[in-house]
Amino acid sequence: MTPAFFFYLFGAIAVLGALGMVASVRNVVAGALSLVCCLVALGGVYVLLEAYLVGVLQILVYAGAIVVLFLFVVMLLNLRGGELGPARQPVVRVAAVAVAAALLWRFLALLPGLLGSPKPLPEGFGGYREIGRVLFTDYVLAFEVSSLLLLAAMVGAVVLVKRRID
Amino acid sequence: MVPIEHAVALSAILFAIGAVGALVRRNLIVIFMSIELMLNAANLALVAFSRQWADSAGQVFVVMVTVVAAAEVAVGLGILLALFRNRESLDVEEASLLRW
Repeated sequence: MTPAFFFYLFGAIAVLGALGMVASVRNVVAGALSLVCCLVALGGVYVLLEAYLVGVLQILVYAGAIVVLFLFVVMLLNLRGGELGPARQPVVRVAAVAVAAALLWRFLALLPGLLGSPKPLPEGFGGYREIGRVLFTDYVLAFEVSSLLLLAAMVGAVVLVKRRID
Repeated sequence: MVPIEHAVALSAILFAIGAVGALVRRNLIVIFMSIELMLNAANLALVAFSRQWADSAGQVFVVMVTVVAAAEVAVGLGILLALFRNRESLDVEEASLLRW
């Protein structure tokens, strides 16, 4: 039960969850739940890569908030199978898969021998102290701008969903 | 010890799956979820390279990407609700008013 074993386990769960989400033709709720599987497994991968804070944020924000928002909208719209629409033309499907597979193949061919052995980690790497120190010193402007972005998104979402603007 | 190259390869695989989902599916919700998957693949690559070079900046970028993804989902689902209200459908082929 080494970290590498758990890495491959979580990686396999993430890939299966992603495939299940893309292939969920009948039921969007099932697709959203397989996305949750994928995202939680990715949180495990982050922890194994010693990004502890990011792993916790992944599970809290992605699996906990964003996908719940998706599920909320799916259930609010009360979608039935007939409203999902037919699949795209087979030509488009084959072309999309071929393009993605070619890109993936080229990228994976680049990868072996690209990275050397990883650098030794400093004390407290990936913890909230270290991330917070970098976030509030080097990247404090990006932090402030992201608060504006969230405000704008909140106002935009309210305006979009409102039925009639007085 | 997790092999970093395999983590980057996992990120590429997830990105490819997300790209296929965004191109092949016609349901707007599934396309959104595929975009989320691609953002997560980019996050995984950032975390992997941050581990490789022992630099916390990559993980700070992941936090930023998460914020942008949350904003994108909020606005995107708002657009989706407005579209469904007007068209009674989530098929992207039917939302073609601005198409050439």
